[in-house]
Amino acid sequence: MGLFEEYHPLKGKMFQILRPDGTLSPDIEPPFSDPETFNLYKKLLFIRLADQRALMLQRQGRMGTYAPIWGQEACQVGSVYTLQKGDWIFPAFRELGATWMMGVPLMNIFLYWMGNEMGSHAPEGINVLPVSIPVGTHPLHAVGVGWAARLKGEKIVTIAYFGDGATSKGDFHEAMNFAGVFRTPTIFLCQNNQFAISVPRKMQTASKTIAQKAIAYGFDGIQVDGNDLFAVFVSTREAVEKARSGDGPTLIECITYRFGPHTTADDPTKYRTEEEIEPWRPLDPLVRLRLYLKGKGLWDEDVEKSLNEDAQREIDQVVREAESVPNPEVEEIFQYVFEQIPPQLKEQMEYLKESLK
Amino acid sequence: MSKLNMVEAINMALLEEMERDNRIVILGEDVGREGGVFRVTDGLQERFGPERVIDTPLAESGIVGTAMGMALNGLRPVAEIQFDGFLYPCLDQITNHIGRIRNRSRGRFTCQMVIRVPYGGGIHAPEHHSESPEAILAHTPGIKVVIPSTPYEAKGLLISSIRDPDPVLFLEPKRIYRAIREEVPEGDYTIPIGKARLIKEGKDVTVIAWGAMVREVFSAAEKLRGDNIDVEIIDLRTVFPMDIETIVNSIRKTGRGVIVHEAPKTCGLGAEIIAQINEKALLSLQAPIERVTGFDIPVPLLKSEHYYLPNPKRIVMAVKKVMSF
Repeated sequence: MGLFEEYHPLKGKMFQILRPDGTLSPDIEPPFSDPETFNLYKKLLFIRLADQRALMLQRQGRMGTYAPIWGQEACQVGSVYTLQKGDWIFPAFRELGATWMMGVPLMNIFLYWMGNEMGSHAPEGINVLPVSIPVGTHPLHAVGVGWAARLKGEKIVTIAYFGDGATSKGDFHEAMNFAGVFRTPTIFLCQNNQFAISVPRKMQTASKTIAQKAIAYGFDGIQVDGNDLFAVFVSTREAVEKARSGDGPTLIECITYRFGPHTTADDPTKYRTEEEIEPWRPLDPLVRLRLYLKGKGLWDEDVEKSLNEDAQREIDQVVREAESVPNPEVEEIFQYVFEQIPPQLKEQMEYLKESLK
Repeated sequence: MSKLNMVEAINMALLEEMERDNRIVILGEDVGREGGVFRVTDGLQERFGPERVIDTPLAESGIVGTAMGMALNGLRPVAEIQFDGFLYPCLDQITNHIGRIRNRSRGRFTCQMVIRVPYGGGIHAPEHHSESPEAILAHTPGIKVVIPSTPYEAKGLLISSIRDPDPVLFLEPKRIYRAIREEVPEGDYTIPIGKARLIKEGKDVTVIAWGAMVREVFSAAEKLRGDNIDVEIIDLRTVFPMDIETIVNSIRKTGRGVIVHEAPKTCGLGAEIIAQINEKALLSLQAPIERVTGFDIPVPLLKSEHYYLPNPKRIVMAVKKVMSF
């Protein structure tokens, strides 16, 4: 039986490989060798520290409003790790991890949140769209890119990242529907982090799971432990292989938890208590992977300390670079709106320049 | 050369462009087997197959949102929104994504696509089928808005729109889809986007219009000739970017102006044109500019639609008013 059959959403099972105590589910092999697992743990840790740094920079007034990913690292690392060069991702706005895993330098990511659009200029050959802030509007683009690929005979895959709140939007429905009808090579990766700002998951939809929504559109859905790096990787790999071989889209619901605020402008104490968060703490994707690696003799406090120091040094350097990027010139806000600046915009730009003299 | 109406001219433009460039795909509701509710895409699916002329599910935001994705990945989609009133669900995609992606990615991602929309009143259509949303679109950064007024113009402007590197909203005045026949050459020709057309020179007053209103202005000008009033007529062709230079040059010459549009008056493009004239040619004005427009009301159903639409009589009144100021 294939993975998507075995975990058909109506069976009510969540796919998990690495259990919260760091042991493996019975009869399931880990997808990675020990060195590879260790290497991926380093990535999770780097992302968590980079995310914490962004939060700190915002608190210090050195960065604009930021949406932290704390707790969702495994969803992003595990899914992007299945992709190849030429594949595309369509982030929402809580995807520092996925974006960085795709090869976008952390410098770009910080630059964007510091308020410079140039941060969204992904390096050539890295197909990462700018963040999409209007919730749930961008899965349509993932479908369109995948559809074009199919028409052109390209064997690429697209992943759209979004949260549980996005599944309430009309465009989410339209994207799922188009993907089903035209069998586009698209993975809908829902990070169900339990909250859309303050509104809990159960208030978004009366569906028992988000995964089961896929059934209505005629394709596979699966609910996965989103804090389990192995399960996210294995399920996404299955979906990616399926998409690449022309067998259409998949909806993956990653069950995770947003430990931080919605954004730095949010006060989560208004809508959830510490007691509510407590049961999720041991499910933290990093905690779990540490236990696993510890069992293998690959992790202890000293290792953690040294990984931390290396990562912080690297992040320090990125912050220095991002902060030394000069502010954009006046021309920059006009020159990218169209390929050629139309006369009206030119006139407005000249006026602005004059007013700044 | 054969005499074609606007539907046939647009069909010809699509067909020739699709033959020239296999990246062009058409998608929309009923555009394939049926050839579109107005038959604009008639015969194209037979010719190019269902992968290039695609009948989509009934979902306008889905059509333009996926079309944007196609454009990101190198296709040249031409999306059809069946009627103007059904464009509104697309405004999220158009405003937040299609018009912005070049700017917000600093040129890394671009979106070369056309959204065709039959628009405007005068065909005794049901509710929500007679809208004129051009000011909303012109107010949206990052998109161009093109409106042809004759079959010849429609072909040349559509070819330019398809080849334009930026997203273009192509509004087709459905009232004159079949009302005008004129010679439309086969083969390649383009009409530049952003350039107005001085259709008729005149010395007394400038009348500016676009789409189906150009024909109304012509009728009014005929009547005014009897009163010895010589009207200069400008067809704006592109409402964004607007060819302010042509407008201002004409006003400098005539000193008087009337703007005609079907869309509601408040914040309509007439207001923007007047502001531009005031900024650049105030001292040339012999009279305040008049506007002949729709009203700030929903377009009435067919029994009352004639109250709403600008007509030659109202244009004549406005011209006489500016002449006698």
